[in-house]
Amino acid sequence: MMTEADVATRVQAHFGGRVLEAGAFRGQHTITLAPTDLREALLFLRDELGFEWLMDIGGVDYLGYDERDWRFEVVYAMLSMQHNVRFRIKVAVSEANSSVPSVWDLWAIANWEEREVWDMYGIVFENHPNLRRILCHDEFVGHALRKDYPITRRQKLSAPSENILCDRSEIA
Amino acid sequence: MGLESHVTQPFLATRMDEVINWGRKYSMWPMPFGTACCAIEFMGVVSSRFDISRFGAELVRFSPRQADLLLVMGTITQKQAPVLKQIYDQMPNPKWVLSMGACASTGGFYDNYTTVQGIDEIIPVDVYVAGCPPRPENVIGAVVKIMEKIDREKAADWR
Repeated sequence: MMTEADVATRVQAHFGGRVLEAGAFRGQHTITLAPTDLREALLFLRDELGFEWLMDIGGVDYLGYDERDWRFEVVYAMLSMQHNVRFRIKVAVSEANSSVPSVWDLWAIANWEEREVWDMYGIVFENHPNLRRILCHDEFVGHALRKDYPITRRQKLSAPSENILCDRSEIA
Repeated sequence: MGLESHVTQPFLATRMDEVINWGRKYSMWPMPFGTACCAIEFMGVVSSRFDISRFGAELVRFSPRQADLLLVMGTITQKQAPVLKQIYDQMPNPKWVLSMGACASTGGFYDNYTTVQGIDEIIPVDVYVAGCPPRPENVIGAVVKIMEKIDREKAADWR
């Protein structure tokens, strides 16, 4: 039976010195990589270790949190249904070069998840087919979940947003 | 005067405003704009236990053009705000607005970038109902408040 610790060992053996951080908290193992290694890592999880499902993509802004070399992280939550094991890959994203390769061609759901991370944190996903805001309205300026977004700032929308209408090109 | 010979049916003398307001207040047609849990509580308001039809306002319309009482029930996001304004504008006069619950009235605990801090930033409100969500009795109480307000209006106030 495969455990999360086994997965962490396999991924660390595969990436060796390219692993930026590896750790576990309450039995949940996480490995942090550079954005350039992201697609290789997710394909390794999917094809070698049986992680079929990209469950979620999330962003984190560590501004003022600690002394790490990068400001943002993007978290990819993976699930292997055949092994009943979860695992998460993080990529370290700096403020100067805040871009990450898109994985929408591997899992279609990444399309909307990456739009959400872009909307909230301003992290660019390279080769994304439709990197528009998904939650905030079209006239919104800035990225709401960045720690330096003013907490009392309100932005009004002048007319009904086109975003509300269904975009059929994404269903096809 | 000899008038009696011209009037063959019984009649009642009153004022125009009294008759019009009487008709308006006992036949309000609500348009529900429900976006959150308050809209679930509204189901209780219209259903048999509390029964808003006892006050003549049971004919819920899902077209604003057929309604004169806008019930805003739930959190209104900045993205929805122009839609709510458009729906209010589509309602014919005379019209009244009931803001149900903490979110619609003040933004509630959603004091953040995405939520309108009270619908009175967008449209005029006649009655605010406190609660999260309010009890059905509170909503019926608010409908009665609007009836009292209609009583004080003049028909000529609306065009």
